Amino acid sequence: MPEWLIPFVASFIVLNVVIGIVTYVTLLERKFAARMQSRVGPYRVGPHGLLQPIADAVKLMMKEDVVPTAADRPVYNLAPVVFLLPCMLIFATIPFAPGLGVADLNIGVLFFLAVSSMEIVGLFMAGWGSNNKYALLSAMRAVNQVISYDLPFIFSALVPVLLAGSLRLSEIAGAQQGLWFVFYPVIGQLAFVAFIVSTVAAENRAPFDILEAESELVAGFRVEYSGMKFALIQLGEYAHILGASFLGALLFLGAWAGPGPDWMGPIWFLVKAMLVFLLVTWVRWSFVRIRVDQILALSWKALLPATLLLLVLTSIVVVWRTNGGA
Amino acid sequence: MSVAAPASRVEIDYAGGERLTMNMGPQHPSAHGVFRAILTLEGETVVGLDAVIGYLHRCHEKLAETLTYAQYPSIASKTDYVAAMTSEFAYVLAAERIGKIEVPRRAQYLRVIAAELQRVASHLLWLGTWCMDMGGALGGGATIFLYCIRERELILDLFESLVGARLLYGFYQVGGVRYDLPAGWAQTCRQTLDVIEQRIGEYERMLEDNPFFLARAQGVGVISRELAEDLGIAGPLLRGSGVAYDLRRAEPYSSYEDFEFPVPVESSGDCFARYRVRMAEFRQALSIVRQALDGLPEGPISSRPGLKSVAQIRIPKGETYARVEGARGEVGCYLLADGSAKPYRMKWRGASFSNLAVLPHIIPGHKVADVVAIMGSVDPVFGEVDR
Amino acid sequence: MTREHAATLIGERFGDAQVEGEHPLVVTLPVGGWVSFAQFAKDTLGCRFFAFSTAVDWKEQGLEVVARVDNLDDRVAVLMKTRLGAGVSECPSLTPVYRGADWMERECYDLFGIRFDGHPDLRRILLSDDWEGHPLLKSYAVDTPHPPYR
Repeated sequence: MPEWLIPFVASFIVLNVVIGIVTYVTLLERKFAARMQSRVGPYRVGPHGLLQPIADAVKLMMKEDVVPTAADRPVYNLAPVVFLLPCMLIFATIPFAPGLGVADLNIGVLFFLAVSSMEIVGLFMAGWGSNNKYALLSAMRAVNQVISYDLPFIFSALVPVLLAGSLRLSEIAGAQQGLWFVFYPVIGQLAFVAFIVSTVAAENRAPFDILEAESELVAGFRVEYSGMKFALIQLGEYAHILGASFLGALLFLGAWAGPGPDWMGPIWFLVKAMLVFLLVTWVRWSFVRIRVDQILALSWKALLPATLLLLVLTSIVVVWRTNGGA
Repeated sequence: MSVAAPASRVEIDYAGGERLTMNMGPQHPSAHGVFRAILTLEGETVVGLDAVIGYLHRCHEKLAETLTYAQYPSIASKTDYVAAMTSEFAYVLAAERIGKIEVPRRAQYLRVIAAELQRVASHLLWLGTWCMDMGGALGGGATIFLYCIRERELILDLFESLVGARLLYGFYQVGGVRYDLPAGWAQTCRQTLDVIEQRIGEYERMLEDNPFFLARAQGVGVISRELAEDLGIAGPLLRGSGVAYDLRRAEPYSSYEDFEFPVPVESSGDCFARYRVRMAEFRQALSIVRQALDGLPEGPISSRPGLKSVAQIRIPKGETYARVEGARGEVGCYLLADGSAKPYRMKWRGASFSNLAVLPHIIPGHKVADVVAIMGSVDPVFGEVDR
Repeated sequence: MTREHAATLIGERFGDAQVEGEHPLVVTLPVGGWVSFAQFAKDTLGCRFFAFSTAVDWKEQGLEVVARVDNLDDRVAVLMKTRLGAGVSECPSLTPVYRGADWMERECYDLFGIRFDGHPDLRRILLSDDWEGHPLLKSYAVDTPHPPYR
C-alpha cells in the first residue's frame, strides 16, 4: 500500500467503525433507559431488538426531506454537515491502542477540545437557517451554554494533562498504566466528577439539554429537520458523546490498561468508554431539566471557579513532586 | 382570539428591547391537551401571555338542557376526563339536592371510595406529566411519568372491575350508584393502596432529594392568597397559597364527616407548595379509602328503582349549586330545574377553567422554561376548561 | 360574620334587594346595584372568593346574570342575581372588583351575548371569533345546523 494512501484508509476505517458503534450506542441507551423505567425497550426488530438501529436508519433514509419555505436554504442545508464534521473529526486523535489511531498529534488534547467546541457553528446555523422561533431560541441558548461549559470542560481535561506532563493522548494513556488518574488521591476524583458534569452540559445532554428542551422548544434547533438531515444531526450528536466518552476513558480510566493480552487493549478501552457513556445516560434519565439561567449560574459561579482551583492545586502538586517531594 | 396570528417577525419596540411573539400550542408537547399560549418574549423572559382556549368546546351546558337527568351523568364524565368521577358526582348531587332524594349510606360510602381513588389516579397523572414538562420526554421526567402511569394503571384496573370502564365511568346515578363492589374487590383495593403508598414515598425521595427538581419548583410561579381568592382558584392551588379550605371539610357531602383526614396547607404559594399539597393529598385520599372500606355499611346501593326509561327521573322546580372537591378543586354544578325530566339550565364551574385563569397573572417575568413548569403545576384538563 | 348578620347587613345597606335562603344567601338586585353590591360583598361581608358567574335565559322575561362569591373563613356565601329585563343584554362588569370575573364574563358574553360594560377585554373565549350567534340562548336551536356549523 503506498504511503500516501494510509491516512485515507485509516480514517475510512475509523469513520465506519465509529458510525457502527454510534448506531448501536443508541440501542444501548434505549435498552438501558427502558430498564430504568421498568419497560422492555426495542424488542421486535431482530432478537431482543438488535436490528432496531438498522431499521431506524433505513426509515430515516426513506423519509421525505421537508425544507421549510422560509428557510435560509444554503445555511439550512449545510448545517447538518457542518455539525457532523467536528463530531467525527475528534476521533482522529484518539489512539485506540498503542500506535493504533489516525493521527497521534503532540497536541492531541488541545485538538480534541478545539474541534469539539466547533459543533456550535453547526448548531447555530441549524437554528438560524430554519427560520423558526423555537429553533432560534434554542440556537441562542446553545451559544450561551456551550461557551459557558467549554471552559470547565477544558479545565477538568487539563488535570490529567498536568499529571501526565504531556498533551499527547497516547502519552497520557501510557502514564496511567500503573495508576489510573481517577484513582489519583482527591484530585483525580474531583476532576472526574467535574469532567462528567461538564461533558453532560457541553454535549447538551439532559438535564442540561435546554437546546432540545422538547417540552418548551419542541425539539429546539432541529425542529425543522427531517429524514437524512435529521439523521446526520442525530449521528453527530451521538458521535460527539461517544468521542467525549472515549476521552473520559482515556484521560481518567487508563484507556487500554487492563488484564489480558495486548490485543484486549482496544476492547478494554471500548468497555470503559461505554461505562462513561452509561454514566452520562444514567444522569440523563434520572434528573429533571434545569433552567437556562440556573445552568449558566452553575457554570460561572460554581463549576468554573472550582475547576480553576483544581487546576492550580494540581500544578502545585505536580511541581512539588517533580522537585523531589514525596 | 381576536389577537391576530402572531407576528412572524422580530418586533423592535420603542424601548429598544427586542420582543418576540411565540406561540406555545395548540399543538405543543407540553400543552396538556389543546391550549394555545401566545407568549411575548424579551430574550428568554416572558413579558406577556395571552391564553387561547376553547379548542375542545362541546357546549356541555347546552347538551345538558337536551338530556334527561338519567342520561346526563355519564356524559358529565366527559368534561374532566382525567377525573371523570368528579363531575358525575357534582351533577347527581345537584339533582338530588333539588329533588330532595335520599341516598343510602352504602351508596354514599361507595361514592367516596370512587371519588378518592379517582383523586389518586388524577394526581398520579398530574405528577407524571408535570415532571415530564420539567424533565422532558427524553429525560428524567419520562422516568417519573412511566412510574406514575404504572401505578395509575392499578387504579384503572380497579375501576374496570368495578364499572367495566377505565376512563369514563357512568358510576354515579341520581339516588345512588350503579354497581356494588364485586367479590374480592375490597381485598384487591387494599393491596393496591399499600403498593401505591409505598411508591409515593419513593417518588418523594427521588424528587425532593434532587437539587435540580427543587431549583425548578421552589419560588417559581408564586400565587398570593389574595390573587388566589380573587380569581376563585381552588383545590391544591388554593391550599398551596395558605388557605385551609377543603369542601370535604367545610361543607361535608356524601358522609365525608365520617372520616378522619387532615387538610394539607402550604403557605409559600409556589410550584413546590402545590406539589407538597398534592403529595399529602395522595396519603389523605388513600387513608379515606381505607376508612371507607373498613366502615362500609350494608344495605341498598340506590334509593331509586332500576331505570326503565330515560325520562323516569323528574325533579321538581328549583335551583341549587352543588359542588364537590375534585382533584383540581371546586367542581360545581349550578342547576335550574323546571319540573320536567331535563334541566332548564345547567352551568359547570370547571375547576380547571378558574385555575387556568391565573396564568396571565403569574407568568410574566418568568423564563420560558418556567411557563411549562407553572402550567403543569396548575394541572389543567382541557376537557374541563373548554367543556 | 355569621349568615344572619350578613343578611341583616345586606338588608340595611341595600333596601331594594330581596334576600332569601341561608346558605347561600340568594340576593336579587336591580342592575344598578350590581357592582356596588359586589364591592360591598367583598369588603364588608368578606366574600373574597369568586366562585363563578353565569347567566340564565328566561325567554321573554329576558336574561338573568348570576354570580356566586364565598367567604372562605366564615362560610358565608352569596349568590347574587340580577334581571336585565326583556330584550336587554347589557350588564355592568364585575371585573374591576373581582379579577376572576374576567374569564367568566367572557364566557358569558360568548355563550349569551351579554355585553359587560367596563370589562377590559371582552371577546369570545370558547367559540371562534367568526361564530354567529350565542348558543346558550333558548332561541338558538340545537338540531338545525347553523351557518358556521363544522
